[in-house]
Amino acid sequence: MKIVVLMKQVPNTTEMLIDKETGTLIRTGVDSIMNPDDTSALEAALKIKQSNGAEVIVITMGPPQAANMLRECYGRGVDHAMLISDPAFAGADTWATSNTLAAAIKRVQPDLIFAGRQAIDGDTAQVGPQVAERLNIPQITYVSKIVEVTSDFIVVKKHYEDFDETLKVSFPCLLTTLEQLDHLRFMNVTSAWQAFDKPIETVNNQVLMLDAKDIGLKGSPTQVRKTFTRPVSSEVKLIHGGSDEAVKAILSTLAPYIQ
Amino acid sequence: MNEKHLLLKKLYQQFTAEIVRPIAGYVDEEEVFPVETVKEMVNAQMMGIPYPVKYGGSGADTLAYVLAVEELSKACATTGVILSAHTSLGAHPIYAFGTEEQKQKYLVPLNKGEKLGAFALTEPNAGTDAAGQKTTAILKDGYYEITGSKIFITNAGYADIYIIFAMTDITKGTKGITAFILEKDMPGFTIGKKEKKLGIRGSSTCELMFDRVKVPVENRLGAEGKGFGIAMTTLDGGRIGIAAQALGIAQGALDEVVAYTKSRKQFNRSISQFQNTQFKLADMATQIEAARCLVYKAAVAKDTQKNFSTEAAMAKLFASETAMNVTTMAVQLYGGYGYTREYPVERMMRDAKITEIYEGTSEVQRMVISASVLR
Repeated sequence: MKIVVLMKQVPNTTEMLIDKETGTLIRTGVDSIMNPDDTSALEAALKIKQSNGAEVIVITMGPPQAANMLRECYGRGVDHAMLISDPAFAGADTWATSNTLAAAIKRVQPDLIFAGRQAIDGDTAQVGPQVAERLNIPQITYVSKIVEVTSDFIVVKKHYEDFDETLKVSFPCLLTTLEQLDHLRFMNVTSAWQAFDKPIETVNNQVLMLDAKDIGLKGSPTQVRKTFTRPVSSEVKLIHGGSDEAVKAILSTLAPYIQ
Repeated sequence: MNEKHLLLKKLYQQFTAEIVRPIAGYVDEEEVFPVETVKEMVNAQMMGIPYPVKYGGSGADTLAYVLAVEELSKACATTGVILSAHTSLGAHPIYAFGTEEQKQKYLVPLNKGEKLGAFALTEPNAGTDAAGQKTTAILKDGYYEITGSKIFITNAGYADIYIIFAMTDITKGTKGITAFILEKDMPGFTIGKKEKKLGIRGSSTCELMFDRVKVPVENRLGAEGKGFGIAMTTLDGGRIGIAAQALGIAQGALDEVVAYTKSRKQFNRSISQFQNTQFKLADMATQIEAARCLVYKAAVAKDTQKNFSTEAAMAKLFASETAMNVTTMAVQLYGGYGYTREYPVERMMRDAKITEIYEGTSEVQRMVISASVLR
């Protein structure tokens, strides 16, 4: 079985800087981490490798520094790492990103694709589903548990706010995972020590040969015109006294809004 | 350090933050050997860092191993010494002096973490004067009969494989000492009382007792009479591990005290704004960096030089005295809070002291260093 894990390196902070010209993120000078939802995707793939035997291939799209994250993936025992990187891909929105990722994935022909539900920098949760659509394969989002894996299909739990659904899906398919699905293992010393001896396959647009209108900033229908923090204003009323008085005061304050 | 070391350092830092630091206070307070932590270390393949992959190790180098002991010890010196004793004292003699059969049988499970290692040289009347060994090994029909006792043995009780030293010829002094590999369940081999200690209180330190333990001849490590050399060479390497432990303790204390002095306010200012604090922090940071240079240098020397005794002795001497100085200063900067067990620096100060004593006291290190200076 071949498993692809789509991973993203994201800034290790909620305080992100945004390029005012392009409306995209400025990544240089900010500590980077593995996107939290992606860590559970990677762990799920590594567990299937252990239990069923599989080749795990991590694919990321990003600047050259994303190679650091791929080394860490090797340190956890993945078999192959691919870095999709080209100035032509820069500034991509989810549409252009999924075009690019799908083209790279086609070269690998995996049975199963994992992606984190969403990245903490953009929070769109669109790339996984869009990749599945581009590849024309079934998808299950919000996976919170892997129930069964065979060579032909996988059974998973999909988590909704107040209920779970158990679904069976044939390969090839794409799953997006919640962080709670699993806790990513530590690197191990042996694999980490060998991580730099393994090649990182770098894929640019000379390899993928995508049309300029489908990739990068130019291929992105989403153009961020302006980003700003909305000022929040609210009235604060402090209630003094014991809990009984406080409850009464809260009730009387809320009464006009409750029909 | 190269990029491989930096990646390993990240592994050790994540491991320490998630697994080691949260229970460090508990391990000390309750004197608990951190069994679960060791299991996690096995999963992360930290039990055979500097040994070849063909013997179940990670194929990394001594510096990669030293970094592990340093990072673990920043949060918990007990965890640091468990790894150091296992790797430097338990596994190394077999790696360096064992037969191929002994390596397959004992080194492989040690490196894989299936077994934990320990080393037993010290006796009630044979500390620095190792020639005063009273434990004897008498060759009988195809086996040695070992009788005697050892004290202050790190990892005792939890270790499965013990490198022990005994007199095969009581008349020859150090030339009569021979090394053996013992398994914990050999009949007649028992673990005695556990020491109550000032520091590294989670580390299991016990007495070993041998009552006519039958040890097969194939468990003799090296030739008869070569045990003293094996012990001394092993301790040269062990000292680098302890130096790394001391370095970690010192850095851990500095990290704590930097954060504390920034947040602690007196006279309407953070105490980090007072020059006394600043100068103390400068001294601590400088001593630690100097110690780090010596420790890393000794680690590289072990992999590249035939003899690294002097480098190892200097590293241990300086790093352990730095750990004692830095932790003492850290407690002082914390003031009254630092003296309480609410904060980790008093534990670090208690833990630091042992690094000046075990695997050769600071005085022994000075003997080794001066002997090389005067040669």
